[in-house]
Amino acid sequence: MSKLCRFDILENRQVAKDTYSIVLFGDCSSVTRPGQFVNIALEGHYLRRPLSVCRASTESMTLVYKVVGSGTYQLSQRKPGTGLDILTGLGNGFDITESGENPLLIGGGAGAAPLFWLAEKLIEAGIMPRAAIGFNSADEVFLAAELAQLGVPVTVSTLDGSMGARGLVTDTVGRIGLKYDYVFACGPEPMLRAVYGLSEVDGQYSFEERMACGFGACMGCSCETKYGPKRLCKEGPVLRRGEIKW
Amino acid sequence: MVRNTQVSLCGIKLKNPVMPASGVYGFGGEYRDFYDPNILGAVVLKGTTARPRFGNPTPRVAECTSGMLNSVGLQNPGIDAVISQELPRLREFYHGPVIANISGFSVEEYASCCGKIDGLVDIIEVNISCPNVERGGMGFGTDPELAAEVTRAAKGATAKTPVFVKLSPNVADITEIGIACQEAGADGLTLINTLLGMRIDIRTKTPVLANKIGGFSGSAIFPVALRMVYEVSRVVHIPVIGVGGISKAEDVIEMMMAGATAVQVGSENLRDPMACYRIIEKLPNLMEKLNIENLVDIINIAE
Repeated sequence: MSKLCRFDILENRQVAKDTYSIVLFGDCSSVTRPGQFVNIALEGHYLRRPLSVCRASTESMTLVYKVVGSGTYQLSQRKPGTGLDILTGLGNGFDITESGENPLLIGGGAGAAPLFWLAEKLIEAGIMPRAAIGFNSADEVFLAAELAQLGVPVTVSTLDGSMGARGLVTDTVGRIGLKYDYVFACGPEPMLRAVYGLSEVDGQYSFEERMACGFGACMGCSCETKYGPKRLCKEGPVLRRGEIKW
Repeated sequence: MVRNTQVSLCGIKLKNPVMPASGVYGFGGEYRDFYDPNILGAVVLKGTTARPRFGNPTPRVAECTSGMLNSVGLQNPGIDAVISQELPRLREFYHGPVIANISGFSVEEYASCCGKIDGLVDIIEVNISCPNVERGGMGFGTDPELAAEVTRAAKGATAKTPVFVKLSPNVADITEIGIACQEAGADGLTLINTLLGMRIDIRTKTPVLANKIGGFSGSAIFPVALRMVYEVSRVVHIPVIGVGGISKAEDVIEMMMAGATAVQVGSENLRDPMACYRIIEKLPNLMEKLNIENLVDIINIAE
């Protein structure tokens, strides 16, 4: 169920190059699964900005976002104590009940944000995942320390080799022969395709797409699947491997 | 004093003149998390074609100053599924007037779809103005003779449900299209559909929309829509539904003063899912301020 709510900014700080973490206080009762997202109204911008949830409790949530344009720049300049109009509880999110015993969490760039809450939920359910996350360079790396604190073994890759393994996160996973029986992936589409091609292991893939409403009304973000068209904001952003048309 | 917001379209009573525009409301269920759709004057269904369509490749939405572009391209499950699944589903929770929106790629397709849904909805809105399909769609709406031909075909295929024709703003003179539709038997007109537009991503140097060009909507187009409603209302005697850039109760009043009997709220719903609720709630209050007792009294009042 989606909900339109007012949130107060508790904290908004830079965590890596062009990457910010914002903590919001308000009614998070609609945010029930990692991999869900919210849609934020910003002054002077016609459409809301969809951002994935990094972690959430009943009354606060953390979003990690990358500054890519004037909307996210404006958000990065917002001060604690001010409010935001947010549409919450959007998207299906990851279903951890389908996970195997040894899942791999794989993410690229700011898109990796949902992996933190996902790891927490898996650990709560008695499953310790591994994580492999990739960035362009060391100054963009975030989430690695937080995941490690949860006890999750983390492999970091950077394209320029300035931290961890050099190259794409999917190349690293293949090269070091990480063993996993299920995969949770989120990041840009080329990364998702590479994960899909790495092995036949079942899993859930969270997609990114330009969207308008975020709640299934406009059909802007539709995606063709093996089971017909799905709206990535409503029946997605998480698709099962078996429904992806690649 | 009680403010009367009721209007009527071809004898169909609407408790207020506010309805969502086709394409922003799906088949009626998407807004139930936010408010009860029974508060609406009517529900307008997503553009429906003879066969199911996925529409155009993504990205198919883009932001603009005070508006947005879309090139969705009539994604819909097809007329048969709309009749057998979407309409019954909608009737489970919504009991007010329903307007179906029909699009096609040939005159025969329009006629066939209109014939199938005749008698099952309160108004059929024939969309001859979708800018996002290669053939058909807007092609029928930019030529008075073709517009009249589609109108005649839709009227010929229907016996029970009034037919409104939804016009394209992408023409030199919208009044001649409106008149042509009226002469061909249209029971009413809806105007306007989106304006052709485009955005380019200056970082990647490529068009933002995969389709390159799309339909521009949002509050930026309100003055254009208002002008066209005004022009057309002056030369036709059939009712006009005004649509384009409406975002607040004041816009509803203004559009009705220009000649609209009812209005549709489009893109505003996508940025604020409570838009229709907010507008409907504010109307009586605004009428009081403006000393309007019956909303019907202001239709076409602007000289």
